[in-house]
Amino acid sequence: MKNLPNPNWSLSRRRFLLSACIGGTLAKFTAKAASQTRMPPPPKIIDVNVNLSRWPLRRIRYDDTAALAGMLNQKGVTQAWASTFDALLHKDLGSVNARLADECRRYGRRILLPFGSINPKSPDWEEELRRCSEEYQMIGIRLYPNYHGYKLDDPEFLKLLRLATDRHLIVQVALLMEDERMMHPLLRVQQVDATPLSGVVKEVPGARVVLLNATGKLSGSSLRDLTNAGQVFVEIAMLEGVGGISNLLKQVPAHRILFGSHAPLFYFDSALLKLKESPLDSNPLQQICRDNAERLTKKPS
Amino acid sequence: MDIWDIHCHLSGVPGETPESRLANLLEYADRMGVARLCIFMGMQWSYDPSPEKMRQENDEVLQALRHFPNRAFGFVYLNPKHRQASLDELNRCVRDGPMVGVKLWVAEHCNEPELDPLLERATELKAVIFQHTWIKVTGNLPGESTPMELAQLAARHPRATIVCGHSGGDWELGLRAIRPFQNVFTDLGGGAPTAGFTEMAVRELGMERVIYGSDVGGRSFSSQLAKVFGANISSTARRLILGDNLKRLLKPILDHKGIRL
Repeated sequence: MKNLPNPNWSLSRRRFLLSACIGGTLAKFTAKAASQTRMPPPPKIIDVNVNLSRWPLRRIRYDDTAALAGMLNQKGVTQAWASTFDALLHKDLGSVNARLADECRRYGRRILLPFGSINPKSPDWEEELRRCSEEYQMIGIRLYPNYHGYKLDDPEFLKLLRLATDRHLIVQVALLMEDERMMHPLLRVQQVDATPLSGVVKEVPGARVVLLNATGKLSGSSLRDLTNAGQVFVEIAMLEGVGGISNLLKQVPAHRILFGSHAPLFYFDSALLKLKESPLDSNPLQQICRDNAERLTKKPS
Repeated sequence: MDIWDIHCHLSGVPGETPESRLANLLEYADRMGVARLCIFMGMQWSYDPSPEKMRQENDEVLQALRHFPNRAFGFVYLNPKHRQASLDELNRCVRDGPMVGVKLWVAEHCNEPELDPLLERATELKAVIFQHTWIKVTGNLPGESTPMELAQLAARHPRATIVCGHSGGDWELGLRAIRPFQNVFTDLGGGAPTAGFTEMAVRELGMERVIYGSDVGGRSFSSQLAKVFGANISSTARRLILGDNLKRLLKPILDHKGIRL
Protein backbone atom coordinates (compact mmCIF):
# COMPACT_ATOMS: atom_id res chain seq x y z
CA MET A 1 0.00 0.00 0.00
CA LYS A 2 1.98 2.94 -1.22
CA ASN A 3 2.05 6.19 0.70
CA LEU A 4 0.99 4.56 3.97
CA PRO A 5 2.96 5.27 7.14
CA ASN A 6 4.14 1.74 7.73
CA PRO A 7 5.13 1.70 11.41
CA ASN A 8 7.46 -1.24 11.00
CA TRP A 9 11.00 0.07 11.35
CA SER A 10 12.55 -2.83 9.61
CA LEU A 11 10.48 -2.26 6.51
CA SER A 12 10.18 1.48 6.28
CA ARG A 13 12.82 3.12 8.41
CA ARG A 14 13.85 5.56 5.74
CA ARG A 15 10.35 6.74 5.15
CA PHE A 16 9.75 6.98 8.87
CA LEU A 17 12.84 9.02 9.60
CA LEU A 18 12.07 11.29 6.78
CA SER A 19 9.22 12.64 8.78
CA ALA A 20 10.85 12.33 12.12
CA CYS A 21 14.09 14.12 11.34
CA ILE A 22 13.53 16.83 8.82
CA GLY A 23 11.24 18.95 10.93
CA GLY A 24 9.20 21.70 9.39
CA THR A 25 10.44 21.14 5.90
CA LEU A 26 8.61 17.89 5.68
CA ALA A 27 5.27 19.43 6.48
CA LYS A 28 5.36 21.00 3.04
CA PHE A 29 5.82 17.67 1.34
CA THR A 30 3.04 15.45 0.22
CA ALA A 31 3.09 11.93 1.56
CA LYS A 32 4.04 10.72 -1.88
CA ALA A 33 7.02 13.00 -2.08
CA ALA A 34 7.99 12.01 1.44
CA SER A 35 8.08 8.36 0.59
CA GLN A 36 10.60 8.99 -2.14
CA THR A 37 13.24 10.75 -0.02
CA ARG A 38 16.23 8.97 1.45
CA MET A 39 17.08 9.26 5.11
CA PRO A 40 19.81 8.21 7.57
CA PRO A 41 19.25 5.11 9.71
CA PRO A 42 16.92 5.50 12.69
CA PRO A 43 17.95 5.71 16.33
CA LYS A 44 17.54 2.64 18.45
CA ILE A 45 14.70 3.01 20.90
CA ILE A 46 14.56 2.62 24.66
CA ASP A 47 10.93 2.04 25.63
CA VAL A 48 10.42 2.96 29.30
CA ASN A 49 6.82 1.79 29.56
CA VAL A 50 6.29 -1.90 28.87
CA ASN A 51 4.19 -4.44 30.76
CA LEU A 52 4.46 -8.20 31.10
CA SER A 53 1.90 -10.87 31.96
CA ARG A 54 -1.86 -10.57 31.53
CA TRP A 55 -4.07 -7.53 31.75
CA PRO A 56 -6.66 -8.53 34.35
CA LEU A 57 -9.66 -7.82 32.12
CA ARG A 58 -8.73 -9.05 28.67
CA ARG A 59 -6.34 -11.30 26.82
CA ILE A 60 -4.19 -9.23 24.53
CA ARG A 61 -1.70 -9.97 21.81
CA TYR A 62 1.86 -10.11 23.14
CA ASP A 63 0.85 -10.91 26.70
CA ASP A 64 3.49 -13.59 26.44
CA THR A 65 6.98 -12.41 27.35
CA ALA A 66 8.85 -14.05 24.50
CA ALA A 67 6.37 -12.77 21.93
CA LEU A 68 6.49 -9.29 23.39
CA ALA A 69 10.28 -9.21 23.32
CA GLY A 70 10.20 -10.43 19.74
CA MET A 71 7.80 -7.70 18.69
CA LEU A 72 9.83 -5.00 20.42
CA ASN A 73 13.01 -6.24 18.80
CA GLN A 74 11.34 -6.18 15.41
CA LYS A 75 10.20 -2.58 15.97
CA GLY A 76 13.70 -1.35 16.72
CA VAL A 77 13.54 -1.36 20.51
CA THR A 78 16.89 -2.31 22.02
CA GLN A 79 15.89 -1.86 25.65
CA ALA A 80 12.51 -1.87 27.38
CA TRP A 81 11.76 -1.14 31.01
CA ALA A 82 9.24 -3.75 32.01
CA SER A 83 6.91 -4.13 34.92
CA THR A 84 4.07 -6.62 35.15
CA PHE A 85 0.30 -6.30 35.23
CA ASP A 86 0.39 -8.78 38.11
CA ALA A 87 1.66 -5.98 40.33
CA LEU A 88 -1.65 -4.14 40.11
CA LEU A 89 -3.71 -6.58 42.13
CA HIS A 90 -1.47 -9.31 43.53
CA LYS A 91 -0.70 -8.86 47.22
CA ASP A 92 2.40 -11.04 47.17
CA LEU A 93 4.69 -8.65 45.35
CA GLY A 94 7.69 -10.73 46.37
CA SER A 95 6.49 -13.47 44.08
CA VAL A 96 5.48 -10.99 41.39
CA ASN A 97 8.93 -9.40 41.32
CA ALA A 98 10.75 -12.73 41.35
CA ARG A 99 8.69 -13.91 38.41
CA LEU A 100 9.24 -10.64 36.57
CA ALA A 101 13.01 -10.88 36.97
CA ASP A 102 12.97 -14.51 35.85
CA GLU A 103 10.78 -13.81 32.80
CA CYS A 104 13.00 -10.96 31.67
CA ARG A 105 16.13 -13.07 32.10
CA ARG A 106 14.75 -16.13 30.33
CA TYR A 107 12.70 -14.63 27.53
CA GLY A 108 13.67 -11.00 27.34
CA ARG A 109 16.27 -11.27 24.56
CA ARG A 110 18.43 -8.91 26.65
CA ILE A 111 15.92 -6.21 25.74
CA LEU A 112 13.66 -6.38 28.79
CA LEU A 113 14.91 -4.80 32.00
CA PRO A 114 12.73 -5.68 35.01
CA PHE A 115 11.26 -2.89 37.13
CA GLY A 116 9.88 -4.45 40.27
CA SER A 117 6.91 -3.07 42.14
CA ILE A 118 6.74 -1.95 45.73
CA ASN A 119 3.63 -1.21 47.75
CA PRO A 120 4.66 1.12 50.56
CA LYS A 121 1.39 0.39 52.37
CA SER A 122 2.29 -3.29 52.57
CA PRO A 123 4.09 -4.73 55.62
CA ASP A 124 7.87 -4.93 55.38
CA TRP A 125 7.97 -3.42 51.92
CA GLU A 126 11.57 -2.45 52.58
CA GLU A 127 12.57 -6.09 52.05
CA GLU A 128 10.97 -6.07 48.59
CA LEU A 129 12.98 -2.98 47.78
CA ARG A 130 16.17 -4.67 48.96
CA ARG A 131 15.49 -7.71 46.81
CA CYS A 132 14.81 -5.60 43.73
CA SER A 133 18.06 -3.76 44.22
CA GLU A 134 20.40 -6.43 45.54
CA GLU A 135 19.08 -9.80 44.39
CA TYR A 136 17.62 -8.88 41.01
CA GLN A 137 19.99 -6.01 40.28
CA MET A 138 17.13 -3.91 38.97
CA ILE A 139 17.80 -0.36 37.86
CA GLY A 140 14.40 0.88 38.88
CA ILE A 141 11.00 0.22 40.36
CA ARG A 142 7.46 0.98 39.21
CA LEU A 143 4.74 2.20 41.57
CA TYR A 144 0.95 2.04 41.20
CA PRO A 145 -0.36 4.39 43.92
CA ASN A 146 -3.98 4.27 42.76
CA TYR A 147 -4.11 0.46 42.70
CA HIS A 148 -2.21 0.21 45.99
CA GLY A 149 -4.26 2.82 47.80
CA TYR A 150 -2.06 5.77 48.69
CA LYS A 151 -1.45 9.32 47.57
CA LEU A 152 1.84 10.99 46.76
CA ASP A 153 1.74 13.09 49.92
CA ASP A 154 1.77 9.91 52.01
CA PRO A 155 4.83 9.82 54.30
CA GLU A 156 5.47 6.23 53.26
CA PHE A 157 5.87 7.34 49.66
CA LEU A 158 8.45 9.92 50.72
CA LYS A 159 10.29 7.24 52.66
CA LEU A 160 10.21 4.88 49.69
CA LEU A 161 11.51 7.57 47.37
CA ARG A 162 14.37 8.27 49.78
CA LEU A 163 15.36 4.63 50.16
CA ALA A 164 15.08 3.96 46.43
CA THR A 165 17.20 6.99 45.66
CA ASP A 166 19.79 5.84 48.20
CA ARG A 167 19.99 2.64 46.15
CA HIS A 168 20.24 4.66 42.90
CA LEU A 169 16.98 3.23 41.67
CA ILE A 170 14.86 5.03 39.09
CA VAL A 171 11.34 5.42 40.44
CA GLN A 172 8.51 5.15 37.93
CA VAL A 173 5.05 6.27 39.01
CA ALA A 174 2.14 5.10 36.85
CA LEU A 175 -0.57 7.75 37.09
CA LEU A 176 -3.11 5.75 35.15
CA MET A 177 -3.34 2.44 33.34
CA GLU A 178 -6.46 2.94 31.22
CA ASP A 179 -9.12 5.53 30.43
CA GLU A 180 -11.17 6.11 33.56
CA ARG A 181 -14.37 6.25 31.52
CA MET A 182 -14.16 2.65 30.39
CA MET A 183 -12.89 0.91 33.49
CA HIS A 184 -14.62 -2.22 34.70
CA PRO A 185 -17.29 -1.10 37.17
CA LEU A 186 -15.76 -3.30 39.85
CA LEU A 187 -12.23 -2.10 39.18
CA ARG A 188 -12.42 1.65 39.11
CA VAL A 189 -9.45 3.72 40.29
CA GLN A 190 -8.87 7.42 39.99
CA GLN A 191 -5.88 8.92 38.25
CA VAL A 192 -3.05 9.57 40.68
CA ASP A 193 -2.89 13.22 41.69
CA ALA A 194 0.67 14.23 40.85
CA THR A 195 0.42 17.65 42.49
CA PRO A 196 2.25 16.71 45.72
CA LEU A 197 5.17 15.29 43.78
CA SER A 198 6.82 18.67 43.23
CA GLY A 199 7.26 19.13 46.95
CA VAL A 200 8.25 15.53 47.62
CA VAL A 201 10.93 15.49 44.96
CA LYS A 202 12.50 18.63 46.41
CA GLU A 203 12.92 16.79 49.70
CA VAL A 204 14.89 13.98 48.09
CA PRO A 205 17.97 15.32 46.31
CA GLY A 206 19.08 13.00 43.54
CA ALA A 207 15.70 11.36 43.10
CA ARG A 208 14.96 10.36 39.52
CA VAL A 209 11.25 10.02 38.85
CA VAL A 210 9.58 8.93 35.63
CA LEU A 211 5.86 9.61 35.35
CA LEU A 212 4.08 7.02 33.24
CA ASN A 213 0.84 7.64 31.37
CA ALA A 214 0.89 11.21 32.61
CA THR A 215 0.73 13.27 29.44
CA GLY A 216 -2.90 12.51 28.67
CA LYS A 217 -4.25 14.74 31.40
CA LEU A 218 -1.27 16.62 32.81
CA SER A 219 -0.36 19.65 30.78
CA GLY A 220 0.46 23.32 30.98
CA SER A 221 1.76 24.82 34.19
CA SER A 222 1.13 21.73 36.32
CA LEU A 223 3.29 19.65 34.01
CA ARG A 224 5.90 22.37 33.77
CA ASP A 225 6.07 22.75 37.56
CA LEU A 226 6.58 19.03 38.01
CA THR A 227 9.41 18.71 35.54
CA ASN A 228 11.05 21.83 36.99
CA ALA A 229 10.90 20.52 40.54
CA GLY A 230 13.67 18.01 40.08
CA GLN A 231 14.69 15.15 37.84
CA VAL A 232 11.15 14.37 36.78
CA PHE A 233 10.56 12.84 33.36
CA VAL A 234 7.48 12.05 31.31
CA GLU A 235 6.86 9.68 28.42
CA ILE A 236 4.53 9.77 25.43
CA ALA A 237 2.28 6.70 25.67
CA MET A 238 -0.90 8.61 26.55
CA LEU A 239 0.07 11.83 24.84
CA GLU A 240 -2.76 12.97 22.60
CA GLY A 241 -3.71 15.79 20.25
CA VAL A 242 -2.58 16.39 16.72
CA GLY A 243 1.16 17.07 16.66
CA GLY A 244 1.41 15.84 20.24
CA ILE A 245 5.17 15.82 20.72
CA SER A 246 5.54 19.28 19.19
CA ASN A 247 2.99 20.55 21.68
CA LEU A 248 4.67 18.74 24.57
CA LEU A 249 8.01 20.30 23.68
CA LYS A 250 6.47 23.71 24.26
CA GLN A 251 5.82 22.69 27.85
CA VAL A 252 8.63 20.32 28.75
CA PRO A 253 12.26 20.44 27.58
CA ALA A 254 13.34 17.63 25.29
CA HIS A 255 15.78 16.26 27.85
CA ARG A 256 12.83 15.37 30.12
CA ILE A 257 10.82 13.42 27.56
CA LEU A 258 11.15 9.66 27.08
CA PHE A 259 9.76 7.14 24.63
CA GLY A 260 7.05 5.00 26.21
CA SER A 261 4.52 2.77 24.49
CA HIS A 262 2.43 1.18 27.28
CA ALA A 263 2.63 -1.99 25.20
CA PRO A 264 1.12 -4.44 24.96
CA LEU A 265 -2.01 -2.86 26.44
CA PHE A 266 -1.67 -0.15 23.80
CA TYR A 267 -0.76 -0.86 20.21
CA PHE A 268 2.99 -0.20 20.14
CA ASP A 269 2.69 1.67 16.84
CA SER A 270 0.84 4.49 18.56
CA ALA A 271 4.00 5.76 20.25
CA LEU A 272 6.14 5.03 17.22
CA LEU A 273 3.91 7.00 14.86
CA LYS A 274 3.92 9.99 17.22
CA LEU A 275 7.59 10.44 16.36
CA LYS A 276 6.53 10.85 12.77
CA GLU A 277 3.48 13.04 13.28
CA SER A 278 5.46 15.88 14.86
CA PRO A 279 8.21 17.51 12.85
CA LEU A 280 11.21 16.82 15.07
CA ASP A 281 14.82 17.77 14.53
CA SER A 282 17.25 14.91 14.86
CA ASN A 283 18.53 16.10 18.23
CA PRO A 284 15.27 15.96 20.21
CA LEU A 285 14.32 12.82 18.35
CA GLN A 286 17.50 11.12 19.53
CA GLN A 287 17.00 12.44 23.04
CA ILE A 288 13.45 11.17 23.27
CA CYS A 289 14.09 7.82 21.62
CA ARG A 290 17.21 6.93 23.51
CA ASP A 291 19.64 9.42 25.01
CA ASN A 292 17.53 10.59 27.94
CA ALA A 293 16.73 7.07 29.07
CA GLU A 294 20.30 5.95 28.58
CA ARG A 295 21.53 8.81 30.74
CA LEU A 296 19.02 7.88 33.43
CA THR A 297 20.33 4.35 33.63
CA LYS A 298 23.84 5.50 34.48
CA LYS A 299 24.52 5.56 38.18
CA PRO A 300 26.03 8.79 39.44
CA SER A 301 29.79 8.49 39.94
CA MET B 1 -4.31 3.50 -1.78
CA ASP B 2 -5.45 6.59 0.07
CA ILE B 3 -6.31 6.85 3.73
CA TRP B 4 -9.62 8.56 4.40
CA ASP B 5 -10.45 9.79 7.89
CA ILE B 6 -14.12 9.93 8.82
CA HIS B 7 -13.76 11.81 12.09
CA CYS B 8 -12.01 15.20 12.19
CA HIS B 9 -12.67 18.51 13.90
CA LEU B 10 -11.51 22.09 13.68
CA SER B 11 -11.17 22.35 17.44
CA GLY B 12 -7.94 21.60 19.25
CA VAL B 13 -5.99 22.83 16.25
CA PRO B 14 -4.04 26.10 16.08
CA GLY B 15 -5.34 28.75 13.71
CA GLU B 16 -7.45 31.89 13.79
CA THR B 17 -9.77 30.93 10.95
CA PRO B 18 -11.46 27.69 9.90
CA GLU B 19 -9.30 27.47 6.78
CA SER B 20 -6.05 28.03 8.70
CA ARG B 21 -7.03 25.28 11.11
CA LEU B 22 -7.83 22.91 8.28
CA ALA B 23 -4.53 23.84 6.64
CA ASN B 24 -2.74 22.90 9.87
CA LEU B 25 -4.61 19.63 10.09
CA LEU B 26 -3.71 18.83 6.50
CA GLU B 27 -0.02 19.39 7.18
CA TYR B 28 -0.16 16.69 9.83
CA ALA B 29 -2.35 14.55 7.59
CA ASP B 30 0.28 14.80 4.86
CA ARG B 31 2.96 13.65 7.28
CA MET B 32 0.85 10.61 8.10
CA GLY B 33 -0.29 9.82 4.57
CA VAL B 34 -3.94 10.70 5.18
CA ALA B 35 -5.49 11.92 1.94
CA ARG B 36 -9.02 12.97 2.86
CA LEU B 37 -10.61 14.32 6.03
CA CYS B 38 -14.29 14.42 6.97
CA ILE B 39 -14.76 17.43 9.21
CA PHE B 40 -17.69 18.46 11.34
CA MET B 41 -18.57 21.06 13.96
CA GLY B 42 -17.02 24.47 14.31
CA MET B 43 -14.08 26.06 16.07
CA GLN B 44 -15.93 26.21 19.40
CA TRP B 45 -18.44 23.51 20.16
CA SER B 46 -21.81 23.58 21.83
CA TYR B 47 -23.39 20.51 23.42
CA ASP B 48 -26.88 21.78 22.67
CA PRO B 49 -26.58 24.36 19.90
CA SER B 50 -29.28 26.88 19.13
CA PRO B 51 -30.29 27.18 15.47
CA GLU B 52 -28.02 30.22 15.17
CA LYS B 53 -25.06 28.43 16.73
CA MET B 54 -25.66 25.36 14.57
CA ARG B 55 -25.62 27.52 11.47
CA GLN B 56 -22.48 29.32 12.60
CA GLU B 57 -20.59 26.06 13.17
CA ASN B 58 -21.69 24.74 9.79
CA ASP B 59 -20.68 28.01 8.15
CA GLU B 60 -17.20 27.58 9.59
CA VAL B 61 -16.93 24.11 8.10
CA LEU B 62 -18.19 25.39 4.75
CA GLN B 63 -15.61 28.17 4.87
CA ALA B 64 -12.82 25.67 5.50
CA LEU B 65 -14.06 23.37 2.74
CA ARG B 66 -13.97 26.15 0.16
CA HIS B 67 -10.20 26.36 0.54
CA PHE B 68 -9.54 22.63 0.31
CA PRO B 69 -12.30 21.11 -1.82
CA ASN B 70 -10.12 18.22 -2.89
CA ARG B 71 -8.90 17.27 0.56
CA ALA B 72 -11.91 17.47 2.86
CA PHE B 73 -15.59 16.61 3.05
CA GLY B 74 -18.08 18.18 5.41
CA PHE B 75 -20.79 16.70 7.61
CA VAL B 76 -23.57 19.04 8.72
CA TYR B 77 -23.96 19.40 12.49
CA LEU B 78 -27.62 19.11 13.57
CA ASN B 79 -29.57 19.36 16.81
CA PRO B 80 -32.71 17.17 16.83
CA LYS B 81 -34.31 19.46 19.41
CA HIS B 82 -34.64 22.05 16.66
CA ARG B 83 -36.38 19.99 14.03
CA GLN B 84 -37.17 22.55 11.34
CA ALA B 85 -33.89 24.41 11.77
CA SER B 86 -32.05 21.11 11.43
CA LEU B 87 -33.98 20.17 8.30
CA ASP B 88 -33.22 23.59 6.88
CA GLU B 89 -29.52 23.14 7.66
CA LEU B 90 -29.56 19.69 6.09
CA ASN B 91 -31.02 21.12 2.91
CA ARG B 92 -28.71 24.13 2.91
CA CYS B 93 -25.48 22.23 3.53
CA VAL B 94 -26.12 18.86 1.86
CA ARG B 95 -28.84 19.29 -0.76
CA ASP B 96 -27.71 22.74 -1.86
CA GLY B 97 -24.15 22.70 -0.53
CA PRO B 98 -21.06 20.52 -0.69
CA MET B 99 -21.57 18.49 2.48
CA VAL B 100 -21.98 14.73 2.31
CA GLY B 101 -23.02 13.64 5.78
CA VAL B 102 -24.74 14.46 9.06
CA LYS B 103 -23.16 14.78 12.49
CA LEU B 104 -25.24 14.22 15.61
CA TRP B 105 -23.58 14.72 18.97
CA VAL B 106 -24.94 14.96 22.49
CA ALA B 107 -27.92 17.31 22.33
CA GLU B 108 -30.47 14.48 22.38
CA HIS B 109 -30.48 10.74 22.90
CA CYS B 110 -30.51 9.19 19.47
CA ASN B 111 -33.36 6.78 20.14
CA GLU B 112 -35.76 9.70 20.59
CA PRO B 113 -38.41 10.18 17.86
CA GLU B 114 -37.13 13.69 17.17
CA LEU B 115 -34.38 12.10 15.11
CA ASP B 116 -36.71 10.30 12.72
CA PRO B 117 -37.43 13.15 10.29
CA LEU B 118 -33.73 14.01 10.18
CA LEU B 119 -32.74 10.46 9.33
CA GLU B 120 -35.47 10.19 6.73
CA ARG B 121 -34.36 13.38 5.01
CA ALA B 122 -30.66 12.46 5.27
CA THR B 123 -31.41 9.09 3.71
CA GLU B 124 -33.31 10.74 0.86
CA LEU B 125 -30.23 12.85 0.23
CA LYS B 126 -27.97 9.75 0.45
CA ALA B 127 -26.05 11.37 3.30
CA VAL B 128 -24.00 9.31 5.76
CA ILE B 129 -25.15 9.78 9.36
CA PHE B 130 -22.48 9.93 12.05
CA GLN B 131 -23.82 9.61 15.59
CA HIS B 132 -21.52 10.10 18.58
CA THR B 133 -21.88 7.33 21.16
CA TRP B 134 -20.24 6.49 24.45
CA ILE B 135 -20.77 4.20 27.40
CA LYS B 136 -19.08 5.85 30.37
CA VAL B 137 -18.80 4.14 33.71
CA THR B 138 -18.25 7.66 35.01
CA GLY B 139 -21.65 8.70 33.66
CA ASN B 140 -22.75 10.00 30.26
CA LEU B 141 -23.64 13.60 29.52
CA PRO B 142 -27.39 14.34 29.78
CA GLY B 143 -28.12 13.87 26.06
CA GLU B 144 -25.25 11.54 25.26
CA SER B 145 -26.24 8.42 23.34
CA THR B 146 -25.12 4.86 23.84
CA PRO B 147 -24.65 2.26 21.09
CA MET B 148 -27.67 0.47 22.51
CA GLU B 149 -29.77 3.55 21.77
CA LEU B 150 -28.21 3.77 18.33
CA ALA B 151 -29.28 0.20 17.69
CA GLN B 152 -32.88 1.23 18.36
CA LEU B 153 -32.54 4.07 15.87
CA ALA B 154 -30.98 1.79 13.28
CA ALA B 155 -33.83 -0.70 13.65
CA ARG B 156 -36.31 2.05 12.76
CA HIS B 157 -34.24 3.21 9.77
CA PRO B 158 -32.86 0.15 7.97
CA ARG B 159 -32.19 2.14 4.78
CA ALA B 160 -30.09 4.77 6.52
CA THR B 161 -26.31 4.55 6.48
CA ILE B 162 -25.28 5.09 10.09
CA VAL B 163 -21.83 5.27 11.67
CA CYS B 164 -21.46 4.52 15.37
CA GLY B 165 -19.03 7.18 16.59
CA HIS B 166 -16.21 5.91 18.84
CA SER B 167 -17.72 2.41 18.72
CA GLY B 168 -19.32 3.44 21.98
CA GLY B 169 -15.98 4.18 23.67
CA ASP B 170 -16.36 1.00 25.70
CA TRP B 171 -15.98 -0.94 22.50
CA GLU B 172 -16.31 -4.38 24.02
CA LEU B 173 -19.94 -3.50 24.73
CA GLY B 174 -20.57 -1.06 21.91
CA LEU B 175 -19.60 -3.42 19.12
CA ARG B 176 -21.96 -6.06 20.46
CA ALA B 177 -24.82 -3.58 20.62
CA ILE B 178 -24.61 -2.65 16.93
CA ARG B 179 -23.60 -6.09 15.67
CA PRO B 180 -27.05 -7.19 14.39
CA PHE B 181 -27.63 -4.06 12.31
CA GLN B 182 -26.03 -4.31 8.90
CA ASN B 183 -26.68 -0.66 8.12
CA VAL B 184 -24.53 0.42 11.10
CA PHE B 185 -20.80 0.86 10.61
CA THR B 186 -18.33 1.55 13.35
CA ASP B 187 -15.82 4.34 13.82
CA LEU B 188 -12.54 3.41 15.49
CA GLY B 189 -11.68 6.96 16.45
CA GLY B 190 -11.45 8.91 19.62
CA GLY B 191 -10.46 6.45 22.31
CA ALA B 192 -7.16 5.15 23.60
CA PRO B 193 -5.23 2.88 21.21
CA THR B 194 -6.10 -0.18 23.24
CA ALA B 195 -4.92 -3.42 21.70
CA GLY B 196 -7.64 -5.78 20.57
CA PHE B 197 -10.17 -3.10 19.62
CA THR B 198 -9.80 -3.41 15.87
CA GLU B 199 -9.47 -7.17 15.96
CA MET B 200 -12.78 -7.44 17.81
CA ALA B 201 -14.47 -5.01 15.43
CA VAL B 202 -13.38 -7.05 12.42
CA ARG B 203 -14.29 -10.32 14.09
CA GLU B 204 -17.75 -9.25 15.23
CA LEU B 205 -18.90 -6.88 12.48
CA GLY B 206 -16.87 -8.02 9.51
CA MET B 207 -14.12 -6.03 7.86
CA GLU B 208 -16.59 -4.17 5.62
CA ARG B 209 -18.25 -2.43 8.58
CA VAL B 210 -15.17 -0.94 10.26
CA ILE B 211 -13.97 2.57 9.44
CA TYR B 212 -10.85 4.46 10.43
CA GLY B 213 -11.43 7.80 12.12
CA SER B 214 -9.12 9.84 14.30
CA ASP B 215 -11.09 12.50 16.19
CA VAL B 216 -8.28 15.01 15.57
CA GLY B 217 -7.42 17.61 16.80
CA GLY B 218 -8.28 16.31 20.29
CA ARG B 219 -6.68 13.01 19.38
CA SER B 220 -3.67 12.38 17.21
CA PHE B 221 -3.54 10.74 13.83
CA SER B 222 -0.83 8.52 15.30
CA SER B 223 -2.71 6.87 18.12
CA GLN B 224 -5.70 6.25 15.90
CA LEU B 225 -3.85 4.99 12.84
CA ALA B 226 -2.02 2.64 15.19
CA LYS B 227 -5.33 0.90 15.83
CA VAL B 228 -5.24 -0.20 12.22
CA PHE B 229 -1.52 -0.60 11.58
CA GLY B 230 -0.93 -2.34 14.89
CA ALA B 231 -3.88 -4.71 14.67
CA ASN B 232 -3.53 -8.35 13.82
CA ILE B 233 -5.77 -8.21 10.75
CA SER B 234 -5.39 -9.05 7.09
CA SER B 235 -4.03 -6.58 4.56
CA THR B 236 -7.44 -6.65 2.88
CA ALA B 237 -9.13 -5.62 6.12
CA ARG B 238 -6.56 -2.88 6.62
CA ARG B 239 -7.23 -1.47 3.16
CA LEU B 240 -10.98 -1.52 3.68
CA ILE B 241 -10.80 0.11 7.10
CA LEU B 242 -8.38 2.84 6.08
CA GLY B 243 -10.29 4.02 3.06
CA ASP B 244 -12.31 1.68 0.90
CA ASN B 245 -15.22 1.25 3.30
CA LEU B 246 -15.71 4.99 3.66
CA LYS B 247 -15.41 5.47 -0.08
CA ARG B 248 -18.12 2.86 -0.57
CA LEU B 249 -20.40 4.57 1.95
CA LEU B 250 -19.92 7.97 0.36
CA LYS B 251 -20.13 6.80 -3.24
CA PRO B 252 -23.91 7.27 -3.63
CA ILE B 253 -23.87 10.87 -2.50
CA LEU B 254 -20.64 11.68 -4.31
CA ASP B 255 -22.10 10.22 -7.51
CA HIS B 256 -25.32 12.15 -6.92
CA LYS B 257 -23.35 15.38 -6.54
CA GLY B 258 -21.24 14.56 -9.55
CA ILE B 259 -18.06 14.46 -7.52
CA ARG B 260 -15.50 12.24 -9.21
CA LEU B 261 -12.48 11.03 -7.30
